[in-house]
Amino acid sequence: MKLPFSAVLGIFLTSSFLFMAVFAQFLAPYSISDPSGGVWEGPSATHWLGTDTIGRDIFSRLIYGGQITIFVALASSTLAFSLGAFLGFMAAVKGGWVEQVMSRLVDLVMAIPSLIVALVILSVLPLNLTVLILVIGLLDSTRVYRLSRAVAMDIAVMDYVEAAKLRGERQTWIIFREILPNALSPLVAEFGLRFIFAVLFISTLSFLGLGIQPPLTDWGGMVKENKDGLVYGKSAALMPALAIAALAISVNLVADWILSRTSSLKGGRGG
Amino acid sequence: MAETLLEFRGLRIEATAYPPGEAPRHMVLVEDVSVSVERGKVLGLIGESGAGKSTIGLSAMAYGRGGVRLTGGVISLNGRDIRLADAAALRALRGREVTYVSQSAAASFNPAKRILEQVIETSISHGLMNKAEAEARAVDLFAQLGLPNPESFGARYPHQVSGGQLQRAMTAMALCPSPDLVIFDEPTTALDVTTQIEVLAAIKRAIVQTGVAALYITHDLAVVAQVADHILVLRGGKKVEYGTTDQIINGPREAYTRALVSVRSIDHAEKAQAAPVLSVANVTARYRGTNFDVLKNVTVDLAAGQTLAVVGESGSGKSTLARVITGLLPAAQGRITFAGRALSGDLAGRSKDDLRELQMIYQMADTAMNPRQTVGTIIGRPLEFYFGLKGEAKRKRIQDLLEQIEMGKGYIDRYPAELSGGQKQRVCIARALAAEPKLIICDEVTSALDPLVADGILKLLLNLQAEAGVAYLFITHDIATVRAIADRIAVMFKGQVVRYGQKTDVLTPPFDDYTDLLLSSVPEMKLGWLEQVIAGRKMEAAGN
Repeated sequence: MKLPFSAVLGIFLTSSFLFMAVFAQFLAPYSISDPSGGVWEGPSATHWLGTDTIGRDIFSRLIYGGQITIFVALASSTLAFSLGAFLGFMAAVKGGWVEQVMSRLVDLVMAIPSLIVALVILSVLPLNLTVLILVIGLLDSTRVYRLSRAVAMDIAVMDYVEAAKLRGERQTWIIFREILPNALSPLVAEFGLRFIFAVLFISTLSFLGLGIQPPLTDWGGMVKENKDGLVYGKSAALMPALAIAALAISVNLVADWILSRTSSLKGGRGG
Repeated sequence: MAETLLEFRGLRIEATAYPPGEAPRHMVLVEDVSVSVERGKVLGLIGESGAGKSTIGLSAMAYGRGGVRLTGGVISLNGRDIRLADAAALRALRGREVTYVSQSAAASFNPAKRILEQVIETSISHGLMNKAEAEARAVDLFAQLGLPNPESFGARYPHQVSGGQLQRAMTAMALCPSPDLVIFDEPTTALDVTTQIEVLAAIKRAIVQTGVAALYITHDLAVVAQVADHILVLRGGKKVEYGTTDQIINGPREAYTRALVSVRSIDHAEKAQAAPVLSVANVTARYRGTNFDVLKNVTVDLAAGQTLAVVGESGSGKSTLARVITGLLPAAQGRITFAGRALSGDLAGRSKDDLRELQMIYQMADTAMNPRQTVGTIIGRPLEFYFGLKGEAKRKRIQDLLEQIEMGKGYIDRYPAELSGGQKQRVCIARALAAEPKLIICDEVTSALDPLVADGILKLLLNLQAEAGVAYLFITHDIATVRAIADRIAVMFKGQVVRYGQKTDVLTPPFDDYTDLLLSSVPEMKLGWLEQVIAGRKMEAAGN
């Protein structure tokens, strides 16, 4: 099968990002925390993307920051999807008061802007990666719950689900074997989106000082450190911003391609 | 000889499908079809799904649905070739010289506009008449088509009238601009049999009175025999046979046409009464949150190894009866006894054996199978679930079942999307059989299938009954199917059983009013049947 150009580009960029994230320690030419040049140097042969507010190599920090950003975003969206999709499917299959209680709770959480909820919770709890992943994951799972419940409700009324119920199948079989395979396409597409939202969310939190704490760094934190440079025409703050944009686009190119591929699989639900 | 209105010469229609992620697939839908329609005559196009009959019908106004291209031949209408006409010429032609009546009037009317407004729209936009003239013509047509209160009928919205009335309103819409040709695309297929006969009679009357020519597309030869002058039999986009209606019905030349004419002639002698495997006693049921009884005091018995046919129109409660028996809808009152034991009304209260011995086959095989599971998984799951079969033993049994439903072992790894309609329904039958049930509920299992395929399914069901001794509760609206398969019949009307007994007793006069109406409305494969029935009813009405 021939891959469309957008998919090739998306896969290439996404895997480069992942490669950098996994092997950050071997790839980064300089240390994450020690200054290696002057303040806000421009791009040069020694410092490819220049240096930051206290003279650290931006390219190295971008690689280390990418590792943290991608790891936290991936972990929290995986959590959001496992939890949100499972509960959403269960609500669609069970119906009745189970669905009512879960849906109203989700409505309640969704009614409050998630950034504010996150800020309040994170200002109380200790700031570490686990807490950060849990908070972002749980907040995002409400969105996934909504989507998967809606998708699963359409599937749950199909005759083959009724046939499985009449056979006496347990709820887990119906959720994982009858509904999940048919709900995968929209969920995969949503995963691409949610992953990027998680990246933005972490970056926002770090920008506000409640995300990743020094000496670690992430892309949002780097924008914050270097934002003052913008006034003096220094490009340092733009580099992490560009990295976020590039990651967002490449992940979504891949998600789009997977979406069109899975829906045309043998036995798919049509184009 | 009368003047030729429409002529196809060597018509060729092609399409390209673009499955995402695969190479485009090229298809020839219609190949080398030549036929002509004289002014004022009706040509019936008949064939199974995929025969290209709708495609040919639409090409009469040089239209191809989504990506369909009219690639060759001549489509001559009123003496000029319209196949390659430009957009302006087609705009002038469609809705004026040629109009179209679709299968589903409910989906074709705009629900937000009044009927009259939509009926006269084309006549006005083509500048054929002014509003007052068009409205007067529409009211005339409403009267001609036998719609109630023709003066005020048009002021209603589509949802305020019945399906049969809406279909007639659509016919009025097509006739309003006084076209030369009307394309009727399965106009009565979606209607109940008692409604179908009214609509059919109205369409026929309107055709005769307005002198319009028509292409009548249907898969039901008995229906087309009532309205058409000539019939063109199609298969796989090619012409099989063309002739006068009389010749096609009474003296078909091709084997395929003969098969179509003699379809539904399965002979099935009813079995003697025996001990019941299923007893439904005084069951009353209603849906949650309503206080309307969908089933009222229903009592039926079904003997082991026999078939009980439940007949009725849509809304008669026959599918609800199936839901009550399967436990999806607990009955409000009444008792169900199955295989000698009382059956819990609720699904949750039933034992694994209760569930295993009572299987169900659905109308739409498409939605009854998980599209992401292979045939092997679909049939194998009940084997694993009820009997704990695994590995080689399971595979062996699946292959046996595939043999039983007359499909090869090779199908075991296919997905439902790779099967034809009839094969899908066979796999559903195999899934039910895998559980080794005592009773299978068949809910309109042949309604969505082409006649010849449906015939094959019915024969298979009868063979399986003889082999495995399984009983069927057969829900259908089709009397021909009932004749072919039933031992006992229950006729349902508005939630009640109005007639119940052995097949020969139920189908022998004297009838009650409803059964009489139902039986006399089933189209018969002979010329002049429609006139006979309508005349008979008028006589009765006059006599009363």
